Amino acid sequence: MEWVGSPKINQLWWDSSLWGRELKLNTCERSHLYCARVKISLTAVYSGTVRTYQDNMQFMLLFSRQGKLRLQKWYVALSDTQKKKISREVIQMVLARKPKMCSFLEWRDLKIVYKRYASLYFCCAVEDQENELITLEIIHRYVELLDKYFGSVCELDIIFNFEKAYYILDEFILGGEAQETSKKIVLKAIEQADMLQEEAEAPRSVLEEIGLT
Amino acid sequence: MPAPIRLRELIRTIRTARTQAEEREMIQKECAAIRSSFREEDNTYRCRNVAKLLYMHMLGYPAHFGQLECLKLIASQKFTDKRIGYLGAMLLLDERQDVHLLMTNCIKNDLNHSTQYVQGLALCTLGCMGSSEMCRDLAGEVEKLLKTSNSYLRKKAALCAVHVIRKVPELMEMFLPATKNLLSEKNHGVLHTSVVLLTEMCERSPDMLTHFRKLVPQLVRILKNLIMSGYSPEHDVSGISDPFLQVRILRLLRILGKSDDDSSEAMNDILAQVATNTETSKNVGNAILYETVLTIMDIKSESGLRVLAINILGRFLLNNDKNIRYVALTSLLKTVQTDHNAVQRHRSTIVDCLKDLDVSIKRRAMELSFALVNGNNIRGMMKELLYFLDSCDPDFKADCASGVFLAAEKYAPSKRWHIDTIMRVLTTAGSYVRDDSVPNLIQLITNSVEMHAYTVQRLYKALLDDISQQPLVQVASWCIGEYGDLLVSGQCEEEEPIQVTEDEVLDVLEGLLVSNLSAPVTRGYSLTAIMKLSTRFSSVNRIKKVVSIYGSSIDVELQQRAVEYNALFKKYDHMRPALLERMPIMEKTATNGPTEIVQTNGETESSALDSKHPPSITQPTNQANDLLDLLGGNDVPVIQTALPTKPASAGGELLDLLGDLSLSGIPPMTAYNKNGLKIEFTFERSNPNPNISVITIHASNSTEADMTDFVFQAAVPKTFQLQLLSPSSNIVPALNQGSVTQVIRVLNPQKQQLRMRIKLTYTLKGAPVQDLAEVNNFPPQSWQ
Repeated sequence: MEWVGSPKINQLWWDSSLWGRELKLNTCERSHLYCARVKISLTAVYSGTVRTYQDNMQFMLLFSRQGKLRLQKWYVALSDTQKKKISREVIQMVLARKPKMCSFLEWRDLKIVYKRYASLYFCCAVEDQENELITLEIIHRYVELLDKYFGSVCELDIIFNFEKAYYILDEFILGGEAQETSKKIVLKAIEQADMLQEEAEAPRSVLEEIGLT
Repeated sequence: MPAPIRLRELIRTIRTARTQAEEREMIQKECAAIRSSFREEDNTYRCRNVAKLLYMHMLGYPAHFGQLECLKLIASQKFTDKRIGYLGAMLLLDERQDVHLLMTNCIKNDLNHSTQYVQGLALCTLGCMGSSEMCRDLAGEVEKLLKTSNSYLRKKAALCAVHVIRKVPELMEMFLPATKNLLSEKNHGVLHTSVVLLTEMCERSPDMLTHFRKLVPQLVRILKNLIMSGYSPEHDVSGISDPFLQVRILRLLRILGKSDDDSSEAMNDILAQVATNTETSKNVGNAILYETVLTIMDIKSESGLRVLAINILGRFLLNNDKNIRYVALTSLLKTVQTDHNAVQRHRSTIVDCLKDLDVSIKRRAMELSFALVNGNNIRGMMKELLYFLDSCDPDFKADCASGVFLAAEKYAPSKRWHIDTIMRVLTTAGSYVRDDSVPNLIQLITNSVEMHAYTVQRLYKALLDDISQQPLVQVASWCIGEYGDLLVSGQCEEEEPIQVTEDEVLDVLEGLLVSNLSAPVTRGYSLTAIMKLSTRFSSVNRIKKVVSIYGSSIDVELQQRAVEYNALFKKYDHMRPALLERMPIMEKTATNGPTEIVQTNGETESSALDSKHPPSITQPTNQANDLLDLLGGNDVPVIQTALPTKPASAGGELLDLLGDLSLSGIPPMTAYNKNGLKIEFTFERSNPNPNISVITIHASNSTEADMTDFVFQAAVPKTFQLQLLSPSSNIVPALNQGSVTQVIRVLNPQKQQLRMRIKLTYTLKGAPVQDLAEVNNFPPQSWQ
């Protein structure tokens, strides 16, 4: 006995008469095209009904109006080259937006939520199903934290104290989700960690300080 | 060796660089210094050097040689070192490099450190970039910390657990006991992260979902307290108490209430309360309202609540803030299937959004407009949409054109209107129209017999104006080829007939052949059209001349056609009239119905899928070509479409593949029923050949997990012939929520008893399963 299965998608063919030929030309191309599309969209549909297990927030980028990266936090595992490529693309896309446009961009299967504060763009990539408006609030909360910590924060603060900006972010967001909703508690934790850091620094001699030994 | 320069110093220096080359030079110099410092195993300045390295990494320079140094910093006892070390690990290391596993022991120790900030660092790093191996090793520690009374650590442990579950789903059960009293916490941070953890568990496992349903009353209470409590300075955002927590709770409620009546009922009140009491002047309020609307639409809410939700969306549409409008359009798109009438009320606002400046809003508005088109509003809507088509960006034109064609096909009030609309699209956005619309249009025109004269006249006039838009030209040449005689005889009833001579028509067609603007495909169309006119026009000599010229065309396709046509003239002239006569009416392909499919609430894939992707066309395989001939040999090919079914969440509606076949009186039978997979056969007789039995298999799955990659194969004894069509899908949804159907045609000329062996392969819970079975219990009527 010979096993018969369903027709493979690329075996679609038309029985053609001479006059069907015009239609055939287009239909075969089209059937190839559409089968590819249907297949892809079917997979999208089927994986859509089973939730795609990605982190809600995939990454957060801070960059200047000239496209210089000031902070990048990734919550998904990607290679350095991939990260660079994605950053470049996203930065280009966001910088191309006109001021009156809405804060949401669709990109691949993610949504990019961005907001400009003075000379810095704050940009988050979230899953398609996310509530974009609350993501805007999360961005705003982070800016408020920075502002409180640095006292009227400006881009230079973040440039020269980038590691502090990371520490603050890591006290607010863990694994792509907000871990603490109270500003006070986040700032207190940072303050205490900073104090710990100061205590840990062994007292140094004056000569060491000016780099002479 | 002098002390390495400080971080701030380095940053200042690099910023003074005026060119990229200068910057690169500075950085290389510093990297060299750092490298030699690393070689010297200098503990004092390692921290500073790594910090500088991280800065240079952010500028885009390679920093991989710092990876091991980060590990050394993490292992150090100084808090400063650990801080920078963990930051470096998160920035420089990732799970692809084996080096990261060296961190595991350090993290383990730090998770048990006496200082909570060190523990916090470890939890943060693990929760951010822990690989599956690390998560497996350290899950126990995380679970321990999840039970601690220290709220600072507990909240971090909860999110870390979420990460562990995402990486290693099997470990989920391990965190179950610790979730017992997570919600009785007072601390908002712990509450928030607990809700995230519960959400993750519920989304991943239907068992967990059922288990956590009992938390609904508690969640409702917490939410109520948040709304009713007075001003709380710690959590207040523009007058709303802890919006982040509110949104997360609403989301968890959504998941718990979906397809469960009791839970949904328990939530009705609080949802109504949130929907009516939330302050909407700031973005925060709207964020909560938005989440509420999403929840209301997803659970089994009462109709009053649903109307409230849609009205909220309607108000959003009128908001000045673009973001709110965008969000409203997105949600309306999701709900338009289920609450069509409610959304219709906001149609005019939606159509106005077509004129918005923002690209994302325009796109959403366009998709929504197409979803709202129906028999009543087609004329008005089409006017707006055609106006939109004229003025929109090229990116939109293809989608808009397809949408217009689909809508016109479904709801055209009259044939003339239909053809006019198509003409309008072809003339305004002709080059953006998809390739497949040409055959579709041709079929449409063929089938509207009474409009032939009008159509060909309008197309001819359009051709005179402009021959650059290929789809238009192709359709036009095809029509002129078919109905040229109507054109010349001036028979048009619908509008003023134009006076056109045969020569003028042939001039136009020949013009297409030589024009640089014509694509090769178009040239093919016009050559064939000219040939067809040889039986309809009297100037045959001219046509013969044209055809023979192209017999030596460089384009192989044209050459072949011309040579064949030449042969027609010379050797088969007696056959020519029969061959070139009018095309018969073609069988209508089933259009994909964009708005009438199975709804799954909240899924955008459904509308995106159906409005953009026409059905796939199935045809018999080459092996079974004989069967095709036996099936009554129509010279017009019959197109069968197979629309896939979506695994529906409720109701499991199926789209009938070959709905026209009537069910004969043959009883269905169960062919196979084992391990939760049940396959039923239903029978039909196909006309016109009584030797062919058409069997439809229905595969359903009563286990708790979906069966994926489901493949059905069959074999029959040599006296039979078998043909399988495409299955509706290859996922058999769990718990009998839907079934996969596939059609089998069996040719049984000798009327022998039908026997079949079937082979089933599928994947269940990650394990592949294969089974063979014999099917012998066919009812006698199916093969007699």
